[in-house]
Amino acid sequence: MSSLLGLTGHELQALLTKKEISSTDLVKEYLTRIKMVDDQIKALVTVTEKEALEQARKADGLREKGVKLSPLAGIPLALSDNICTAGIRTTCSSRMLENFVPPYKATVVEKLAEAKAVLVGKCNLDEFGLGTTTENSAFFATHNPHDLQAVPGGACGGAAAAVAGGEAVFALGTDTGGSLREPASFCGVIGFKPTYGSVSRYGVIPCASSLDQVGSLTRDMTDCALVMNAISGHDPQDSTSVSGATSDFTNFLTDDVKGLKIGIPQEYLQGRVVPEVMASFEQAVKKLEELGAHCAEVSLAHQEAIVATYQIIVAAEASSNLARFDGVRYGLRIEGEDVDSLFKKTRSQGLGAEAKKQIILGTYVLSSAQYEDYYLKALKVRALIKEELAKVFQEYDCLLTPTTPTVAFDLGADKEKISRGKLDSLTCLANLAGIPALSLPWGTLQGRPVGLQLLSRACGEETLFRVGYTLEQNTNQTRLKLKGKEVK
Amino acid sequence: MRVEWETVIGLEIHAELKTKTKIFCSCPNEFGGKENTHVCPVCLGLPGALPVLNKQVVEYAVRAGVALNCAIQSYSKFDRKNYFYPDLPTAYQISQYDLPICRNGYLEIEVNGEKKKIRINRIHLEEDAGKLLHSGSSITSSQYSLADYNRAGVPLIEIVTEPDLSSAEEARVFLEQLRAVLEYTEVSDVKMEEGSLRCDANISLRPVGSTKLGTKMEIKNMNSFRALERALAYEIERQQEVLEEGGKIVQETRAWDEGKGMTAVMRSKEEAHDYRYFPDPDLAPIILEPEWVEEIRASLPELPEARKERLVQELGLSAYDAGVLTASRALAEFFDQTVAVYNAPKVVANWIMVEYLGLLNANNLELEKSKITPKQLATLLIVQAEGKISGKIAKKVFAEMFATGKDPEKIIKEKGLVQISDEGALAAVVDKVIAANPQSVEDYRGGKKKALGYLVGQVMKETKGQANPGVVNKLLQEKLK
Ligand SMILES: [Zn+2]
Repeated sequence: MSSLLGLTGHELQALLTKKEISSTDLVKEYLTRIKMVDDQIKALVTVTEKEALEQARKADGLREKGVKLSPLAGIPLALSDNICTAGIRTTCSSRMLENFVPPYKATVVEKLAEAKAVLVGKCNLDEFGLGTTTENSAFFATHNPHDLQAVPGGACGGAAAAVAGGEAVFALGTDTGGSLREPASFCGVIGFKPTYGSVSRYGVIPCASSLDQVGSLTRDMTDCALVMNAISGHDPQDSTSVSGATSDFTNFLTDDVKGLKIGIPQEYLQGRVVPEVMASFEQAVKKLEELGAHCAEVSLAHQEAIVATYQIIVAAEASSNLARFDGVRYGLRIEGEDVDSLFKKTRSQGLGAEAKKQIILGTYVLSSAQYEDYYLKALKVRALIKEELAKVFQEYDCLLTPTTPTVAFDLGADKEKISRGKLDSLTCLANLAGIPALSLPWGTLQGRPVGLQLLSRACGEETLFRVGYTLEQNTNQTRLKLKGKEVK
Repeated sequence: MRVEWETVIGLEIHAELKTKTKIFCSCPNEFGGKENTHVCPVCLGLPGALPVLNKQVVEYAVRAGVALNCAIQSYSKFDRKNYFYPDLPTAYQISQYDLPICRNGYLEIEVNGEKKKIRINRIHLEEDAGKLLHSGSSITSSQYSLADYNRAGVPLIEIVTEPDLSSAEEARVFLEQLRAVLEYTEVSDVKMEEGSLRCDANISLRPVGSTKLGTKMEIKNMNSFRALERALAYEIERQQEVLEEGGKIVQETRAWDEGKGMTAVMRSKEEAHDYRYFPDPDLAPIILEPEWVEEIRASLPELPEARKERLVQELGLSAYDAGVLTASRALAEFFDQTVAVYNAPKVVANWIMVEYLGLLNANNLELEKSKITPKQLATLLIVQAEGKISGKIAKKVFAEMFATGKDPEKIIKEKGLVQISDEGALAAVVDKVIAANPQSVEDYRGGKKKALGYLVGQVMKETKGQANPGVVNKLLQEKLK
């Protein structure tokens, strides 16, 4: 295994700047690695070899000419396959879009292209982002690079596995209720979900629009800041995009947590998190106190309603978002005797079991007879949760939890049983409230990574970067070794 | 005892807003165009594309709202109306459900000299769907259907009235009046034949004196003012027959068949959709500043009612004439501009209503496309009033103006149509006519005064209508004394 594969984006950029390596060499290295390991990890749905080499050549050409380049220029990246790439198929890991080639690209893709970052592949995910293990992909399951028996988490398991498995330096995915953070936790990489609206959703195929947010998967906090610098900012094509000046996230990378007030929702974690993970978590709390932070127990109001509220909103919005896949204009079409049978056949054959389950559930909670009892109630509870959290953040700078109730489990295992309910019970809160959240690796348990989660108030990204960076600088728990030999 | 029935009608009107671009994307909002050329990822509903509200759409809706005396809502939002149909790219229509942009308005109509306020419940914004062209008669019986999404995403306002209309005629008058308001405020093209103005009706009957509403029937597919009136008249009669025979009206949606002159069932109540409305998470709520609404209110043009009132009060026109002249903004402007040059409102009104509208109708032409300018018409009327041409010649000149767009003076000069008032010039013709019609001369002298008219006519004929009839009359009377 080449020494280049374990490096972060900014470490590689230093080598590129010194002209010790070229982007073409780097990308070739990554393409070779993909050929070597992806038949086992199965992180990628599409490898964009030709485009990648061309983009790398262009980045090298500009560097030769002495053009000042962005910190991501020439660096290989992967995209979750629900992010539209013009001219490159975008499948959402669904039969429905197996051959769908968008004529347009997502705003984040445009921004990465401007930064001259190099796309090497599109990553597997739970179909349309619905799932927590990537086993709901219509094509194949992705394996956890740390342990090929284990799931990588989901929905964006392919993207997390690609970064953890050395198939890309960083990746973008979407987070609806933990779809970035949970696989980041399982695969031992950093997963960051920014404040709702800070990164454009234009061109990102939605799961649940009011919860979805594009975020990053990186190997360290500096890369996380550099990627956020590249992709965040107001987009006039997204009405939910927040306006205002964007910050330089690298300014948030300070090695200091002294005096920070960190809340721990102990009661919420009780009975949800397995003891081994809880023990690792306690170590992190201790470490933060040693570094000068003040940790205290907080109680979360309406905690029993969090998961139910989340599930109702996801199902409702997903049922409507998935309705456009009807076989009329693009994607899969199964002919029928008339238009209704065309709709039915196309959707029956084109969508997987989980998507159908969410559509049925969503259709039910939105039906006029049930609307008030379910959807409207969920909206009201969501508003209350948001309100209560805002109060918590008046007192605390951030909240700390494990990212997931358990570490990664085996493929095919009964996840509901293992995770004592819902695998996204600790992560979905951030999406309901629209607040930023970070998942940071925190060592391993029997070779399977543990994740720490930090939440802060809307636009309170600075605190998250500060805590993440401080732990990264002062412990050896956050940067896990790239898994190479084990995979090979 | 025989039951007397009264009719209760409410209308739902869709008007396309004539903004430059569509409601949620920057595609051109134009009627026609080659199929699927005014489209983009947003209005085609491609996955990941997102809607962004066009501010001009909001402005137009507010303009219509203030013109229709509505309370403009400072907070309104968009909802998704979910249903499957191939003309609907996202399988949901973005509309406004419980919080529309305008509420509680009214429009006054006048039927048979009586004024009546028709309340408007709400006006909401929504997007239009595409158009389907079926190979057969319907989507289910066709070999194939072609889809054109140029219309998908065209902005619409839906105006919903209270059930305040009590006859087919009132409904038609209301729609005409509403059309005029939307045309005056320039928010819509309001062309029923092109579909930029569409109207559905809810109609029910109840015994006179009852306050409870009867079972309502929804009527669709009425594509002209005449169709609306005919369909409702048909439906009133049909429902009355059912009720009088002791039958029951069942709630359903019926479609008007213009060819057959009758309505037929489209779908029953059981087949009605559950649209699963919910707030569209892709769009922010519309929050309006009162100052902006007031700016729009201040910029409104004079509306049809006020204009009509002014024509009656200040210019002395009859209510009927004023109504005809203000039915469209273009016509009213034409009238005002003509009067501004030639201040004889009644004469101008007559000319426009009889001659001008007559020619426009005969040629099936819209006023906007006609070549005549108000100044030209005023000049013609001035020339006639000065006695330079007769009324008969004026009509001839007007027809020429209508056909060519030439100035009246030029036509009169070119064709030598100036009226002859010179007694010397006319005396010879008068003598010739007297000589040629001894019988009429004798009749006149014998006391048959009517014979004089015949002789005047003969002189006019000889002079190809150019003789001044007054002078001819005087000369004949003198010579036949
Ligand atoms: Zn468009």
